[in-house]
Amino acid sequence: MGFDTAYEGLAADDGDLRWAFGTGFHDALAGVDTTIPDGIGGVDLATYCLMLGDDALIMSHRLQQWLAHAPELEEETALANIGLDLLGQARMLLARAGAADGSGRTEDDYAFGRQVPEFLNVHLAEVTDADFGALVFRLLVFSTWRLALLTHLRDSRDPVLAAIAARGINELTYHRDYAAQWVVRLGDGTDYSRARVQDGLRAIVPLTGELFAATPLELRLARLCIAVDVTGLRSEVDAVLTQVCTAATLHWPGVADVAAHGGSGRDGQHTPAMAPLLGELQGLARSFPGALW
Amino acid sequence: MTNRVRTSDTDGTVLITDDPAQMLHRARAVAALVPDPELPMLSLADLGILREVTIADGHLVITLTPTYSGCPAMREMRRDVHTRLLAAGFADVEVRTALSPPWTSDWITQDGRRKLAAAGIAPPLPTQRRTAGPIPLTLSPLPRVLTCPHCGSTNTVLTSAFSATACRALYRCQACAEPFEYVKEI
Repeated sequence: MGFDTAYEGLAADDGDLRWAFGTGFHDALAGVDTTIPDGIGGVDLATYCLMLGDDALIMSHRLQQWLAHAPELEEETALANIGLDLLGQARMLLARAGAADGSGRTEDDYAFGRQVPEFLNVHLAEVTDADFGALVFRLLVFSTWRLALLTHLRDSRDPVLAAIAARGINELTYHRDYAAQWVVRLGDGTDYSRARVQDGLRAIVPLTGELFAATPLELRLARLCIAVDVTGLRSEVDAVLTQVCTAATLHWPGVADVAAHGGSGRDGQHTPAMAPLLGELQGLARSFPGALW
Repeated sequence: MTNRVRTSDTDGTVLITDDPAQMLHRARAVAALVPDPELPMLSLADLGILREVTIADGHLVITLTPTYSGCPAMREMRRDVHTRLLAAGFADVEVRTALSPPWTSDWITQDGRRKLAAAGIAPPLPTQRRTAGPIPLTLSPLPRVLTCPHCGSTNTVLTSAFSATACRALYRCQACAEPFEYVKEI
């Protein structure tokens, strides 16, 4: 190609020698047809996109907080890449929300401009991890549940949601395998590693009820074949978690019947962990409104 | 298409045409050569993300598919395609993104696979496609038989399921002891 290295060729046209791609933010759905299917309320669709988008955004942020804290470099690259996949899903879903509700809000407006009660993510995404054992168990439950959800969302009548789901399924398959393999390794490991992941399991169980409690909006959109009725995912998710825990010589008690924490993240009610998380996530954007980097 | 395209090849050949078939042929040739920002030894055509080159609503439409949801290079790829087509003489260019069907590593061409191996990166194995039902869990590292791109040995071992980018895993060759990257099947 007439260049000393292939990398120089990248900047040949405009002299832009940035190496950090993706630093200039733009519409995550640029060039995608975002027409809303007939008979669907734009605000309903937008709210549903925010639910799924916030799950991914907040979980991604928690994973990013592990960078420079993971036990090994290989695990940091894994957690960073899983976080990047989820961030990519979040960007498309938040952009879809802004296009659907007619507000014209961008992904940045949603990520940086909302307060705690305006976020609709489940509590499982926002809680902190006591240690790496707790993290891998939380990631196992999150990715198992989200993979099941997206597997059904692939058949959504909204072509954009269906496409985001189809893309996400392949990614979450890797995430779930990564987490499951660590749970087995720690659970079926030393007494100490087993105790760590067992504590993680114990902390997560009460958060699982919320994952299968469908809101009226989800049920409404599920009847229109837009959304997934999460109540139907319970046995599928339980079966996978039982399989992993059995291999890890841990006991999986089954997902909780009801959400134990007061209120649901789907209604904007969050745990005390959420405010500090947003403080970090939004700090720069709030200090320097409109900043680009 | 309202464009009348005057383009010049690297060898100086000048082409002036308003014939749609010739223009599409030329546009595809230009877009196909745009390098991928993260694997610049591959072109967008090698990678299989250049989905369609067509004329719609009176202008040239290039359709790309992102590899991963979080692919940070998508913006650069869209811009590079646009810039190069303008430079090649096309005035009215739109770059669209097709999310469905999702990209799969099976779309990397034979040429692309050769270029990856030549750059020391093991090309992806075929994917196991599933059409319906729950996706089975994999509780131990996938038993991939990879050939070391440095020495050709198949005595290789996974060191990390994720690498510098989401699309790659890290392996080590037990024969020559060199590490190498593997483009994951997805």
